[in-house]
Amino acid sequence: MTESLASRLSQRHLLGTETLSAADALRILDTAEVFFDVSRRPVRKVPTLRGKTIVNVFFEASTRTRTSFEIAGKRLSADVVNFTSSGSSVSKGETLLDTVHNLEAMRPDVLVVRHSASGAPHYLSSRVRCGIVNAGDGTHEHPTQALLDAFTIRRAKGRIEGLTVTICGDVTHSRVARSNAWLLTALGARVRFAGPRTLMPSDTSSWPVEVFDRVEPALEGADVVMVLRIQRERLSGALLPSFREYSRTFGINERRLGLAAKDAIVMHPGPINRGVELDGAVADGPRSAVLDQVEAGVAVRMAVLYLLCAEPGQAAVS
Amino acid sequence: MTHAAGPLVFTRVRAVDPSRGLDATVDVVVEQGRITRLGPDAAAGIAGTERVRTFDGAGRWLLPAFVDLHAHFREPGQEYKEDIASGLAAAAAGGFAHVCAMPNTRPVNDTRAITEMMVARAREIGGARLHPIGAITKGQAGEELTEMADLREAGAVAVSDDGHCVTSSAVMRRALEYARTFDLPVIQHAEDHALTAGSQMHEGAISARLGLRGWPSVAEDIIVARDLLLAEAIGARYHVAHVSSLGAVRLLRDAKARGLSVTAEVTPHHLTLTDAALLGYDTACKVNPPLRSEADVAALRAALADGTLDAIATDHAPHSPLEKDCEFDSASPGMIGLETCLPLLLGLVREGHLSLARLVDALTAAPSRIIAIEAPTLREGATADLVLVDPERRWTVAPERLRSKSKNSPWLGREVCGRVELTVAGGVVIFDAAEGR
Repeated sequence: MTESLASRLSQRHLLGTETLSAADALRILDTAEVFFDVSRRPVRKVPTLRGKTIVNVFFEASTRTRTSFEIAGKRLSADVVNFTSSGSSVSKGETLLDTVHNLEAMRPDVLVVRHSASGAPHYLSSRVRCGIVNAGDGTHEHPTQALLDAFTIRRAKGRIEGLTVTICGDVTHSRVARSNAWLLTALGARVRFAGPRTLMPSDTSSWPVEVFDRVEPALEGADVVMVLRIQRERLSGALLPSFREYSRTFGINERRLGLAAKDAIVMHPGPINRGVELDGAVADGPRSAVLDQVEAGVAVRMAVLYLLCAEPGQAAVS
Repeated sequence: MTHAAGPLVFTRVRAVDPSRGLDATVDVVVEQGRITRLGPDAAAGIAGTERVRTFDGAGRWLLPAFVDLHAHFREPGQEYKEDIASGLAAAAAGGFAHVCAMPNTRPVNDTRAITEMMVARAREIGGARLHPIGAITKGQAGEELTEMADLREAGAVAVSDDGHCVTSSAVMRRALEYARTFDLPVIQHAEDHALTAGSQMHEGAISARLGLRGWPSVAEDIIVARDLLLAEAIGARYHVAHVSSLGAVRLLRDAKARGLSVTAEVTPHHLTLTDAALLGYDTACKVNPPLRSEADVAALRAALADGTLDAIATDHAPHSPLEKDCEFDSASPGMIGLETCLPLLLGLVREGHLSLARLVDALTAAPSRIIAIEAPTLREGATADLVLVDPERRWTVAPERLRSKSKNSPWLGREVCGRVELTVAGGVVIFDAAEGR
């Protein structure tokens, strides 16, 4: 089978979905379909990125995202190296830029960057020659998560345009919510945010979303229910009184899911706090797309890496 | 850099000094450190003598030299960012003959020895006059008062914990009482730190979009409201540094209407930039208090025009690339401002937000009153602290032409209109644009 893709992305980096055109997003999703099939073959590897070097540069703890990027690179036959550093670069005495310049001197093709500071990949992209993929920056963006969510929605529903997607929980601290808001609205969905006011920015007017205090009205007629993780730190910052009250008031369970469309799917970026933001029965139930998201993650990241660093004319799969 | 104090003659120049109701085309003569003649044809017979420097005033303005209530010169302790010499040079290039140096040096200027050292260094260097501001509390830790009598004797003109807010109501009360004993103004950096922990920029639609932790304007308003209540009860001289919010403006306007002895300053950047400048994560625009919304900027402009905000202060805050060329969260807040102050504010005059008279007042007489120094003025017999301006001259803010050691300005590479051509302090030329750089 030979799949040739006519063109690439219009940009050298993937920094966020706010700046990603709908055409580029669709190109990534369409390319991911090809790689999704590759991942289900007996031999799950193609030579597409042979000789290319990808460095996963993670300044913040992550196992799933890093593993997903690593498997994606390896299935494309790229050489994948992981660079992990906990704590800020400043506390180590080396600046972020120095660290990245050192890695760049080893001539990678793409740096996959995760950092606790919002805007860090944006900053690096203006300073390095290789491509930068944002694997999550602070509370700003996580574009490949939104792309894999869109991919999962499209496979489950056959379309994105015209769907209503409700995103519930800790919006303030969520890069997943931000990236999905931009991407899904660009692809024609209606996006709703719902959560307590302590976890919602005081001014949401720059987002193309409808905001609700309570989840019930936000769930009405929703085709997709996306549940965000509630982190334990939120209890100490006077943002929430208890997990118990959160679960009783905002948690997604079978009863609340009854307000959504009959065929609504439930998504979660993981890791799930069972019984807090999402009831275990729903997470494991027939409407849960949680593991589909994880599978889609590898295909979408293969597509992103391919589109950013394959040689001109190199087919995705040959 | 400085020249022997030979006579200076300005011919047919537009002289503007609102403190005297002066706005006229005149000749001005400076001899022996003072303005000796001012009036039509006052220069007749002087020009042509040896050692006299004559400046053609055609198309130029002659103003009293500026007074900055708020600059950071980083000496002692962080001389790689700025030192007293480079800071004073930047001040002179911006038209300032007097600059107040904030005490957040390393160590903090909380004792006579450091104040004296700063004054002595500045005297040795010459140029613009340095007026140290002492700390309110030891180490700016917000707990124990500094030796304010000693600081004052050594030359401190005010006290401030700038960079930190005096958050304890009890300490602020005692600071206002104690400083009043010595007639020292207390300058507050108004920020309720409990509301701003970890903050990176103004809290609003743009901080939500960028995923940066917000600094809500109410954190400024709460402190200003509390301090005004304390200042009223005590009858102290209270001054608010770098006012940035609409709410603080409203509180100050109300307090002044009730006759309180309160004053306030505003920076050129809070008057000209909004939080939208942060889109793109430009660390040069990271300042504290942060750049705020359009509504706040409009309120600040109106308050400067009507005198609710008394003075313009630069909050000149030099930082090296080490503090600025990094991810946004790690960047230090602050931008340099001495050398771009005049053109930015002339922009507001051209756009009709401010009269030229109010601008000159806010840069000269108003700040001088707050720190009780002899105000630069255009009057026969007055100390010759003056600045010659070409209001129409366009120039590009380029790093190599800035006198400051640090180049952390969001206006780098941008063209601005209005240039300081000559700054004179005590009859001595301390900056001459014609000498270039």
